[in-house]
Amino acid sequence: MTAVVEIEHLSKAYQRGGQVVPVLQDITLTLQIGDFVALMGPSGSGKSTLLNLIAGIDAPDSGLLRVAGVDITEFGESELAQWRAEHVGFIFQFYNLMPVLTAYENVELPLTLTHLSRRQRREHARLALDLVSLSDRADHYPSQLSGGQQQRVAIARALVTDPTLIVADEPTGDLDRVSAREILDLLESLNESLRKTIIMVTHDHLAAERAHIVRHLDKGVLTEQVDRPRPRGAGATA
Amino acid sequence: MNYVLKLIARNTLRHPLRTLLTVLGIVVAITAFGLLRTTVDAWYAGAEASSASRLVVRNKNSLTFPLPLYYGPKIRLIEGVESVSAAQWFAGIYIDKKNFFPQFAVDPHTYFALFPEFVIPPEQMKAFQLDRRGAIAGRKIVEKFGWKLGDQIPLIGTIYPGTWSFVLRGVYTGANSRTDETQFFLHWDNLNETLKKVAPDSANQVGIFLVGLKNAREAPLVAQRIDAQFRNSRAETLTETEKAFQLSFVAMTEAILLVIQAVSFLVIAIIMAVMANTMAMTARERRREYATLKALGFPVRFIAALIIGESLFIACAAGALGTWLIYPAAAYVGRRFGTIFPVFNVSDNTVIMALAATLLVGLVAAAGPALQASTVKVSEGFRAVG
Ligand SMILES: Nc1ncnc2c1ncn2[C@@H]1O[C@H](COP(=O)(O)OP(=O)(O)OP(=O)(O)O)[C@@H](O)[C@H]1O
Ligand SMILES: [Mg+2]
Repeated sequence: MTAVVEIEHLSKAYQRGGQVVPVLQDITLTLQIGDFVALMGPSGSGKSTLLNLIAGIDAPDSGLLRVAGVDITEFGESELAQWRAEHVGFIFQFYNLMPVLTAYENVELPLTLTHLSRRQRREHARLALDLVSLSDRADHYPSQLSGGQQQRVAIARALVTDPTLIVADEPTGDLDRVSAREILDLLESLNESLRKTIIMVTHDHLAAERAHIVRHLDKGVLTEQVDRPRPRGAGATA
Repeated sequence: MNYVLKLIARNTLRHPLRTLLTVLGIVVAITAFGLLRTTVDAWYAGAEASSASRLVVRNKNSLTFPLPLYYGPKIRLIEGVESVSAAQWFAGIYIDKKNFFPQFAVDPHTYFALFPEFVIPPEQMKAFQLDRRGAIAGRKIVEKFGWKLGDQIPLIGTIYPGTWSFVLRGVYTGANSRTDETQFFLHWDNLNETLKKVAPDSANQVGIFLVGLKNAREAPLVAQRIDAQFRNSRAETLTETEKAFQLSFVAMTEAILLVIQAVSFLVIAIIMAVMANTMAMTARERRREYATLKALGFPVRFIAALIIGESLFIACAAGALGTWLIYPAAAYVGRRFGTIFPVFNVSDNTVIMALAATLLVGLVAAAGPALQASTVKVSEGFRAVG
């Protein structure tokens, strides 16, 4: 097994009104390629902060943070942006699609940061939309899609660049039960069939159940580790 | 299609009403700016059009004091002088005070030789010279009042009492667009003969002498010679180029011009503030989108390009329209107030300044939001929306 994310003694604090508020304290965590991890914990416990650090949109105060063997804390702003474009797929609670772009355009957008030709971009984007079963909505704008559909477009956008890892911050937090299950099915199948490494923050136990690893954060400290046997074969998505 | 352009184009149309109002504001501001600049230009137009190779001789004490007629032949003899003519301000009212146009009593044989920019058909010139009650008028006022050759034109005197009647014998047109086509000329002799009868003290006097030079470069020298000639005489003279003479009129109203210029820049400053506010509001609403783009790995310059591009796009579209509208607006003002501003032309300079102002509005409005969106951290961008 190969480690994708290696975190050792990671700490992060925020300044608030001249006061230093520790958010993450001495976090140590290793994730392997193909892991599907759920990060749980009460509100304000630092889940999003940890996710943001791993995704390279925030920087730790101290500790080691390596993703795919690279120490991303060394990177400057623009290097980090480039790194994110290449290695991280983002799924947000509120989808965060560009409202003025169609579903297809939203999916193609991150590919403009790659060296792919226009034709390759089109193929990849079509394929990604196909994977989330939204080919027939390619020309719809986000406002013309349901929440669940928008989140599926967002998932297509997250995987279209074939990133090293996919981070999802409460991906079902804004969805009804049925849509949420669709999204979780989708994430699970991405993990199963495409071997995508997924880190998902969630409050929802039904969502956490889909992951192989559930980690709990409490007041900035990682606590118990619940491992469930990694399901093999096709059964899991059925 | 390039995504930057696609996003800019579609973002622009996201709030059609807001964009429309912003565009409208800029159009009005730029057109107003252009009109105000043109007004300032028009004020200086008389001086701009006037020749530096003609001298104006006037009474040193004040323009309202005349000079004796016999100065004319004396000036003619001064070294460097090519020709001399005289003019007298008439100040008559045509039917109503608001029909103002400048009127001069001139020597019909020498005056127009000094002013080649007044183009008069030779037969009309001849008719004017032969008729003591004849008059020549500029094309603009002739059209404005619907005069025809041979018409009687009554003027009620203000300086010289009584109702005077003149016969239109000629119409002059300007040799170029800067020529004032609103002037009215009558025979100085006609005026003087009447004065001899009714006000002998005022007779044989003229307001100014106009002097043609052998060599324009000698203007300062010849002016000195003329003034030296009449120093310590009954009426001392002040001689300057026609341009300086005209500018001294403008100088009297310089304060107003300064205010107009200040207002023209104020208009730009205001629309800049309005546009900056619009862009700031827009950028604030889109913070989450910018944060998303950044998270996806788009560089800061991509986001800056979206904001600056949109701002410039709106400003330039509106600015171009506004600049284009300066022409019909100026044409209208020129027609409406033709007698106040005989020359009301939009200068290249005005157009360049209007376009530059447009660009400046677009850039300044975008600067703050672009900087803000570029520097804010991704995680902050997601948090701040609520
Ligand atoms: N930029 C910031 N400046 C100051 N404090 C911050 C900042 N970001 C996060 N915090 C604080 O850090 C703590 C952890 O925040 P975080 O968003 O990681 O929590 P969370 O576990 O994701 O909570 P939730 O479940 O509500 O999303 C909170 O107390 C939060 O107020
Ligand atoms: Mg959170």
